[in-house]
Amino acid sequence: MRPLEAAFWAATLLPFVVTPSYLALASQVAITALFALSLDLILGYAGIVSLGHAAYFGFGAYTAGLLSKHDFGEPLTGLVLAAIAAGLLGYVTSHLIVRFRHLALIMLTLGLGLLLAEAANSASWLTGGADGLQGVKTAPLLGFKFDLYGRTAYAYSLAVLFLLFLVARRIIHSPFGLALRGIRENARRMPAIGAPSLAHLRKVYTIAAVMAGAAGALLTQTTSTVSLEVLSFGRSADVLVILILGGAGRLYGGIVGAIIYMVARDQFASMNPQYWYFWVGLLLVAVVLFLPNGVLGGLSALYKRPE
Amino acid sequence: MLSTKDLNKRFGSLVVAQDIALELPAGVRYALIGPNGAGKTTLINLLTGLLAPDAGQIFLAGREISALRPEARVRAGLARTFQINTLFAGLTPLESVAIAVLEREGHAHNWWRALPAFGAAIEEAHGLLAKLRLAPVEHRATRELAYGQQRLLEIALALATRPRVLLLDEPAAGVPQDESAELFAAIAGLSQELTVLFIEHDMNVVFRFAERIIVMVGGRILAEGTPGEVARDARVREVYLGKHARAA
Amino acid sequence: MFASLAGVLFDGVAYGMLLFLLSVGLSVTLGMMNFVNLAHCSLAMVGGYVTVSLTNRYGWPFVAALPMAFLAAAAVALVLERTLYRRLYRASDLDQCLFTIGIVFISIAVYAWFYGTVVQSAPTPSYLRGSVELFGMSFAAYRLFLIALGLAVAIVLVAALEYTRFGAQVRAAVDNQRMARGLGIDVDRAFMITFALGGGLAGLGGAAAIEIVGLDHAFALNYLVYVLIVVAVGGLGSIGGSFAAALLLGVSDMAGKYYFPWLGAFLIYLVMVALLMWRPVGLFARR
Repeated sequence: MRPLEAAFWAATLLPFVVTPSYLALASQVAITALFALSLDLILGYAGIVSLGHAAYFGFGAYTAGLLSKHDFGEPLTGLVLAAIAAGLLGYVTSHLIVRFRHLALIMLTLGLGLLLAEAANSASWLTGGADGLQGVKTAPLLGFKFDLYGRTAYAYSLAVLFLLFLVARRIIHSPFGLALRGIRENARRMPAIGAPSLAHLRKVYTIAAVMAGAAGALLTQTTSTVSLEVLSFGRSADVLVILILGGAGRLYGGIVGAIIYMVARDQFASMNPQYWYFWVGLLLVAVVLFLPNGVLGGLSALYKRPE
Repeated sequence: MLSTKDLNKRFGSLVVAQDIALELPAGVRYALIGPNGAGKTTLINLLTGLLAPDAGQIFLAGREISALRPEARVRAGLARTFQINTLFAGLTPLESVAIAVLEREGHAHNWWRALPAFGAAIEEAHGLLAKLRLAPVEHRATRELAYGQQRLLEIALALATRPRVLLLDEPAAGVPQDESAELFAAIAGLSQELTVLFIEHDMNVVFRFAERIIVMVGGRILAEGTPGEVARDARVREVYLGKHARAA
Repeated sequence: MFASLAGVLFDGVAYGMLLFLLSVGLSVTLGMMNFVNLAHCSLAMVGGYVTVSLTNRYGWPFVAALPMAFLAAAAVALVLERTLYRRLYRASDLDQCLFTIGIVFISIAVYAWFYGTVVQSAPTPSYLRGSVELFGMSFAAYRLFLIALGLAVAIVLVAALEYTRFGAQVRAAVDNQRMARGLGIDVDRAFMITFALGGGLAGLGGAAAIEIVGLDHAFALNYLVYVLIVVAVGGLGSIGGSFAAALLLGVSDMAGKYYFPWLGAFLIYLVMVALLMWRPVGLFARR
């Protein structure tokens, strides 16, 4: 790990001492960063545009919620089971997703996301519908209770983020990661050099679904609530915005984007959501027009210029 | 090495391949010529599985490959290049070729070990690029390479799959004449066990580098033979020189 | 049973006409430029809110406000195309998608700023309010009006595309943009006009929709999915396809809401995903 990276991860511990009253927010940032990292694997590295990634996040969130509601509240097993469940959903849907590109892909991901959200809404006997799931109770994590200040929550979220970040980092530096970049750069050429592109895409989509499911489970466990919002189009759009803001196709893009976005939203928490989305919209337009590689891309361009 | 039986393909009423029967022995350099629209690229697309034939069979080294997916045909030993550069613009030549080598060696599914652990594959990719004199630019983004270098990289990618049969779709398309000779010299220097079939319009190049020539017209094979035989063939002369040949 | 079936069919057809108006512009412009404009329903909202303002604040009759809805939406579309969209024709679909979602978010905020978040309505004249007795059954007058409007627009569009010089240019551009340019057709200009007309039709659809589904600031997102389904099922650049797909969607959505109310919108998303799996380029696509 390079010094700059080590310094970054050391800095993620700062909230424990510097801003202890913001640990709940810090936990949300870590969860969102994990979600964005999972989107980065499929969008930034493999070129799969998705408008419905919240499906896997929400599936993980509800799985964790249902487990704890039925007296199975041990967080670590809950996390693993939720991630596996989301991964299974990812694996099944991947067979559809990878066959499409462009507009059809955008619509299919959008459609699948909305489909799942509507299914959760209709199945209120299971999910609690619009009222959210009642009776979610997370057991202590290795003996540590989830306290009001969010100390356990942040430590837990951060640890899971860090571990899965290491996994993602390893994936993109592996032969498989290189093949994914090949698919992103030119999907037509890959079969001509003997690469089973669709199999590769199915695999990375499943891995990303596992990570998204883990992020959703973390949200459920650290907040002890699940609502339909975890499956909403808004969440899919938010994570896309976050990744694009930070810089897609860069390991730290999702994390940097999550920090900026979540802190800004917290600062403007009193703002009506409609007007918050005005600024999000403006941001999207500006990023596409002026900052095509996100904040990290812009920074690295500035850094390189003097050479 | 590569053979076909009664290969047929039509788009609506347009016949693009009719009763194509090929028999390419190992190690022979073939040129595939014919006027525009004769079905040359279509034939390559049929052979490599980008298009499905309406009827007919394809065999590689005696094994039928007609039902295999394009990537499986590549793994069986049938590689191609594209007339229009089809490269990985944002990757370096070394990365691009390494993908093909890693894929061939069955390492491409490995997501738990970092690339440096696959030194042999990277070394092989480097060696291949060096042979095609691309080593000096192997760490640059492909999109920054000169056009001629990109044409060479097309060939390098195909070679990295260690093919038994190599199909080159106008390898020198868009390359100036002096560079084109250099490019074909590189092709001529490939292993003598490799069967090569190239599409080319420049007859000087064709007659200099091909051991045998296949002439296609209107989706059919019109003639096949050594350069001398093809040059003397009256039907070929008619296609290429028009009525004047008959008058003369 | 029969009466309710006929009623559902009638309401579904009327609803389908609405969806046709909302989506036909997107279908044609997508076919021409391959530009993924997710902000198409924001243009529909321009028409909707213009109608709300004109009828409520300035006392215009509803029917007179409809042409203004068309013109206002077309004008906004024109400005949007000239200033912003044209920079993105060669951009990746991700960029187009992000950019136009950005426009959707901005437009939603702007509408909420001016009109609040309550559902708006526009008073319709008395002759559109009652119902009409036909063959022993009563039909809502407004829905008959919608069907007539949709049919008229479809006929005009098909005729214009088939028989005018401009229509021929558009068809050529949808068919093969490069070839069209080679023939000396000014594709950019044709696209600009088509985009404005398509936006105008969406505006008209937005205005006509008020009476049926109401109008609030979230319209741009809520109806985006319906419009995309119509485009996907109908095929890019096909007016007949859009028409058939809109009717199919309208009727099946109405039937779903009537016979399986507990499923909500679930059914329609299921239909969409299933259709995409079956025929990814559209049921009625010409290619």
